[in-house]
Amino acid sequence: MKKSVRFYSGAELVAMAAIDAGCRFFGGYPITPSSEIAEFMSIMLPKVGGKYIQMEDEIAAMGSVIGASLTGEKVLTATSGPGFSLKQENIGYAYMAEVPCVVCNVMRGGPSTGLPTALAQSDIMQAKWGTHGDHPVIALTPAYLEEIYEMTITAFNLAETYRMPVMLLLDEVIAHLSSAIDLPDKEKLVIKSRRKPTVTPDKYYPYDTAYGDVPPMANFFEGYRFHVTGLSHDKTGFPTTDPELVQADQERQIRKVSSKAHEIFDYESYLMKDAEIAIFAFGSTARAARVAIDNARKMGIKVGMVRFRVLWPLDEAEVLKVCSRSKAVIVPEMNMGQLSTIIEKFTADRTKLVKINHVGGVPIHPTDIFNEIKGVN
Amino acid sequence: MKTDHYEARFAGVGGQGVILAGKILAYGMVSFEDCHAIETPTYTAQVRGGATKVDVVIDKKHIEYPRAENVDFFLSLHQKSFNIYYKEIKPDAIVVVDPNLNPKVPADMTQKLVIVDLIEIAKKEMGKTLYSAVIAVGLFAGLSQVIKESNIQQAVLDNAPKGTEIDNLKAVKIGLELGKKALASKEHVVKLTIEDAKITE
Repeated sequence: MKKSVRFYSGAELVAMAAIDAGCRFFGGYPITPSSEIAEFMSIMLPKVGGKYIQMEDEIAAMGSVIGASLTGEKVLTATSGPGFSLKQENIGYAYMAEVPCVVCNVMRGGPSTGLPTALAQSDIMQAKWGTHGDHPVIALTPAYLEEIYEMTITAFNLAETYRMPVMLLLDEVIAHLSSAIDLPDKEKLVIKSRRKPTVTPDKYYPYDTAYGDVPPMANFFEGYRFHVTGLSHDKTGFPTTDPELVQADQERQIRKVSSKAHEIFDYESYLMKDAEIAIFAFGSTARAARVAIDNARKMGIKVGMVRFRVLWPLDEAEVLKVCSRSKAVIVPEMNMGQLSTIIEKFTADRTKLVKINHVGGVPIHPTDIFNEIKGVN
Repeated sequence: MKTDHYEARFAGVGGQGVILAGKILAYGMVSFEDCHAIETPTYTAQVRGGATKVDVVIDKKHIEYPRAENVDFFLSLHQKSFNIYYKEIKPDAIVVVDPNLNPKVPADMTQKLVIVDLIEIAKKEMGKTLYSAVIAVGLFAGLSQVIKESNIQQAVLDNAPKGTEIDNLKAVKIGLELGKKALASKEHVVKLTIEDAKITE
């Protein structure tokens, strides 16, 4: 009997979800393995009255989404490692000027142009520390097609709620694979938009903390005139070097996310209830880990997984809880040990830490993880 | 599907349509054979003229690890793609290659080898080399017996642009014919010619 079947690729789902979240602008510069996202956006956006611009380079692409966001649009750009590096200057600008935007990075091997169109998970620290200075960070790491759709929507909601760039970190495997999935009911989606000023333009300040840690944001070209800069600024948006104002503003920007970290942080707990061995993983590597766990469970080994759906902000208390009751933790990742350096802080001497680090562009195999599980059991 | 798990790989160079072949097969398995399928295309930096492949992983159950690792069926339309993607192929798999590759397959190959010039057949029988991908899908169905004839035909039709249904159906039938002849042969190396592409029904 025929079912109603529609195949979606990860890249296509990013584009679809972006549009369903209300995104009406994409500025980008094609780079594998993220090019398909730009391609889909170029097809889909004009159909909903949106605009797609292929800019002259990655830096300009990031600039274009910042500009478009200031006019009130929800905006997306997509890139991969080398482009993510180039975008960092303007990403920093977006943090400083508090401009909502979603930056999707389909990770590939690095440094430099590295491994085009091959799998890596090596930009998780760049997502956190890529641009200079201190700033809040939100980074989402889906592992399944269904999650790519759901978490792209979440990325827009978070960008709009907290008035800042949000990183959507995919890897090549889940961006390129296609499968038949059921999309959620559009009517039931929760879509959030940035808070607008309720005062008249003459009383409006773009960084007015009287309204809380996330100041309301006016759209350009609607009568609200304000200054936007990458320099430290006061509530009017004009530059200031006043130590007290600068200190307070930095603290507020960090606090707007850190105070909600426990709400933003999200993970899937898989068979952790009685687990003596814990695996920390994210993205497609977590899928290999799950197969390994299922195989180990068949042998009676008590192993489970904490799969990060949100990597930043990390709920450190949760990680500590898991580490302190596990005899060993295993961290498989497609980089040289970026997540494990964080986990290491919590394992101390009491918990054995096993790192699995592959950077050859080929996914970590379930057997590689299974062998380590057996080894520590 | 008779088995619980099956992996197919179609390879060529960019522009030959092998990615489409994978899409049609995955669609057919999910739509009509009550299976789960994941289709993953891979391309190299040079897309047009560069080696490209698509892996279709098929399973009766949910597929957690999406990567092909024990390929049951490998079809390559080009030497370049054969050289890169002839790996992870099961010892008892079926390998289909272009006759131009014949001297360049490994001497110790254990797999059943089918040699058929799909591009030439598409050109002569369909008037367009573009149909070689659909012929390849038909050949897969006839040879592997993983998907029913009527189901692969419907999968091709559902994915055919309007106005091309008749030609696409003819192409998949040519492929099925080739596949069934290769399946019937007891030889370890089967050479098919354009004569084998004539639809007998």
